[in-house]
Amino acid sequence: MSISAPVTGTPADTEAAPDAVISLRGLSVDFPVGGLFSRTVVRALRSVDLDLERGEILALVGESGSGKSTIARCIARLERPTAGQIVVDGVDVLRSEPRRASREFRSKVQMIFQDPFGSLNPAHRVGQFLERAAKLHGRATDPGQLRELVENLMATVDLPVDMLDSRAFELSGGQRQRVSIARALAMDPEVILADEPTSMLDVSVRIGVLNLMRRLRDERGISMLFITHDLASARYVADRTTVMFAGELVESGVSTALMARPAHPYTQLLLSAVPDPLRAGSYDPVERARLRAAVLDSPTCPYDGDPDQVCSRTEPVRHDVGPAADRHWVRCHLYRPAADVASRALAVDTVDG
Amino acid sequence: MSTLPTSPDDAPVLEVTDLSVEYHGEYRTVRAVDRVSFQIGRGEIFGLAGESGCGKSTAANAIMRLLRPPAVITGGSIRFRGRDILTLDAEELRALRWREVAMVFQSAMNSLNPVMTVGDQIVDIFTTHERLPKSKARARAAELLELVRIDPARLRSYPHQLSGGMRQRVVIAMAVALRPHLLIMDEPTTALDVVVQQEIMAQIAELQRELGFSVLFITHDMSLMIELSHRMAVMYAGRFVETADASTMFADPLHPYTRALINAFPPLSGPVTPLVGLGEGVRFTDIPDLREERPGHWVAPVPVGTVIDGGRP
Amino acid sequence: MSATDPAEVELLVASDHREILSGPTAPAALDRLPRHPVRQGLGHSLIANRKALTGMIILALFVAVALLAPILAPGNPSTITSLGAQPPSAEHLLGTTPKGQDVLALTMWGARSSLLVGFVVGFAATFIGLLVGLSSAYLGGRADNSLSLLTNVFLLIPGLPLLVILAAFLPTGMTTVMLVLTFTGWAGSARVLRSQALSIRGKDFVAAAIVTGERAGWIMFREILPNMASIVMITLIGSVIFGIGAQAGLEFLGLGDVSVVSWGTNLYWASNDGALMSGTWWAFVPSGAAIALVAFALALINYGVDEVTNPRLRSTRRQRSSRRAALAPATPQEVNR
Repeated sequence: MSISAPVTGTPADTEAAPDAVISLRGLSVDFPVGGLFSRTVVRALRSVDLDLERGEILALVGESGSGKSTIARCIARLERPTAGQIVVDGVDVLRSEPRRASREFRSKVQMIFQDPFGSLNPAHRVGQFLERAAKLHGRATDPGQLRELVENLMATVDLPVDMLDSRAFELSGGQRQRVSIARALAMDPEVILADEPTSMLDVSVRIGVLNLMRRLRDERGISMLFITHDLASARYVADRTTVMFAGELVESGVSTALMARPAHPYTQLLLSAVPDPLRAGSYDPVERARLRAAVLDSPTCPYDGDPDQVCSRTEPVRHDVGPAADRHWVRCHLYRPAADVASRALAVDTVDG
Repeated sequence: MSTLPTSPDDAPVLEVTDLSVEYHGEYRTVRAVDRVSFQIGRGEIFGLAGESGCGKSTAANAIMRLLRPPAVITGGSIRFRGRDILTLDAEELRALRWREVAMVFQSAMNSLNPVMTVGDQIVDIFTTHERLPKSKARARAAELLELVRIDPARLRSYPHQLSGGMRQRVVIAMAVALRPHLLIMDEPTTALDVVVQQEIMAQIAELQRELGFSVLFITHDMSLMIELSHRMAVMYAGRFVETADASTMFADPLHPYTRALINAFPPLSGPVTPLVGLGEGVRFTDIPDLREERPGHWVAPVPVGTVIDGGRP
Repeated sequence: MSATDPAEVELLVASDHREILSGPTAPAALDRLPRHPVRQGLGHSLIANRKALTGMIILALFVAVALLAPILAPGNPSTITSLGAQPPSAEHLLGTTPKGQDVLALTMWGARSSLLVGFVVGFAATFIGLLVGLSSAYLGGRADNSLSLLTNVFLLIPGLPLLVILAAFLPTGMTTVMLVLTFTGWAGSARVLRSQALSIRGKDFVAAAIVTGERAGWIMFREILPNMASIVMITLIGSVIFGIGAQAGLEFLGLGDVSVVSWGTNLYWASNDGALMSGTWWAFVPSGAAIALVAFALALINYGVDEVTNPRLRSTRRQRSSRRAALAPATPQEVNR
């Protein structure tokens, strides 16, 4: 079932996909800038509608500054959105627990971070992370049970049990990320938000971590929001991919289909930029400039004139790409993204000489 | 990927033979670079690939004699255009640096002086090394910016007013200002977004074609190298494990580590098959010297029975 | 070579720093670094550091003297005798004051009060500063703004005049001195500790702790604080130095409790009794020297803590001399080893 926002409807009217473990509706985040008395804000997210289904890995792809980390931090209740709803298992948590996230929420929604060197406290031992997480959420009552639980966690993430006594700095980047994943698993979550978990890892260990994520989805049915700027990893690990630009979503669909037939010029731009040895030498500056212009201010939209999928310059309407069952949608090309953020995001800074 | 403009009597611009660098810590000594040998010809782009900790940055810094204790060059020789770099004194070294060999460091774009305009920083190079008067230096600075496709009006901008990609272009421009024979680039695109990254790589390729300098290009991202480099080497724990033409390396990697690095990039087309990475516990110890398995394609032989599998997919 | 945290070999290129140690391809081909030398507790490394060790020995000596004063110099040192000012001799190793008191005994007994007040003030000021700084950094927002405002106000108020005024109006006694000094001394620590706490607060492991469901108290004291150990220690030592010096200053001005024997009051009486003018140097030099020595010892320990926890500090001294070495032609022995 696709989600196509009605032409004039407000995002909040959209019905959620039936099996969505997390739904975002109209999520907006403004960051205040300037001094104490300034009113200017930077729009990090503008009215985002997103669904994460049960047992799927959804990749959120975009470049730095696109707002993708902000989405994860909002869902993890580390940031407070300016507007919108975060619906978890059918309940809008911003309304049901406005001040502070409850323990049940924390056990349902977990997060792993980008920097393996910064996400584990250097003062603690590996075992302490896991034990603390498990104890906090009542997963084990006596020391024996706790020990067993913790050892099982290490086995799940393919780490040796004797590593429990090590301190974080004795571990490699890949090992630390696995420890972070193990800590998240200690709470038996339904959702794991992964904020660029492999970007700072050595290239040869990335596949291992990605494979671990696939296994967790396949064997435990954990849903994941996989945030990345790397389209290749997104395609490898995620069932569906959503592309983000300047704080708004521009396209979404099944990963393989989306990358085979990208509908939005920004997705095309991203795909053309991924280094691919098979396409060596194909960089075309003219085409690049054309795509850039199309992203910022496209003159045409392929759905223009279609009575069922009406275009709009001012509203971010979504068009179905192909049959509705494919659930591949693209934002209307005619829609003009907000000038300030967009031009920064696509920093056109060269002079053609 | 392109062919090398060599002639038989073209001496290599850089000749590194059996270079070894050690770090002397209080409790142990670590060999960061272990008997590494390679050559870079005139106008050649040589790519050095490897992951963090393999010693590639250390090797690059050694070439420009930038290493300081506890890092010590403990063996081998480095000849630049025939001269032995390791025996140069302070004056000669100063004359060599930037004029003949220049380097773009990792995160160099973040190391631009934040309180000087970009123009002043470029002018500095000319007034210092070539003793040009300010006006001439400014003119050269403007030319330089145009070379990297930046509007010369930006000479008056401060680094923070430029985007990441522009700052990197400035840094590259500064490195080629004195038309060095060899440009060493250490991860020039790591901090950049993928779109800007491709443009910077194209810029580097264009500059190289125009000015004809040799490049030592260091990165952990193999796929970037394929497009740019003529020849490549893969480094692991201070040693080379494979050296070949870029295209050959990609089409026919012989060492399992090279294969692991190449496999680490899932394909953008075709079926999504589970990939097996390099196991984290896998180590290649006591890597033997390179052997020429095919013409121009050197590989360190792997002992029979080495398990490299990365565990379950 | 001063003690080096063996895990932190200095490197020119910052990236290689982490890479060499923790990358899976670390040339030393170890799965993990050897257990014992890596990050041995702060205490261990400190003892190994020459500066810190010297400082600790000196300090220990003073503390020992202070504790053993009743044994080393029995009786009441402030008893006025008819000896008058006598230069150092075999009987009175440091001579006597114009009031005929044994200077050595006064100095030894003085250590008790000075060190006690110094340490109490140091700890109290640091403790308050830590509470304010940590809460400010962690809570952020309005709490941070108000606490910072409070800190800044206390920082701006000129310390010595405030000290003098407070001391003049409050009843004399050691407690007053301690209170007054803590009151004027906590703000400096608060500011420093807040910045450090803030930079740690921004790290991912704090966010991870929040996401795990930890409460504010746990995060402040079990996640952030352990990572601030060295700066807390440095701040503490600084506060103790402040305590000792400021107490001496107050007492020299006569605003402390002049009936208590301490280095400051020794100086006060020395000046009061005209020792400065009559050239009776032995009446004030020992106490002054004692203050200076203790402060010096504490400063040495401070440098030691600094060096142990920040290996890059060690390099600045060495880099200057080795920059020359780097530019000198590599000697044949070096190259062809």
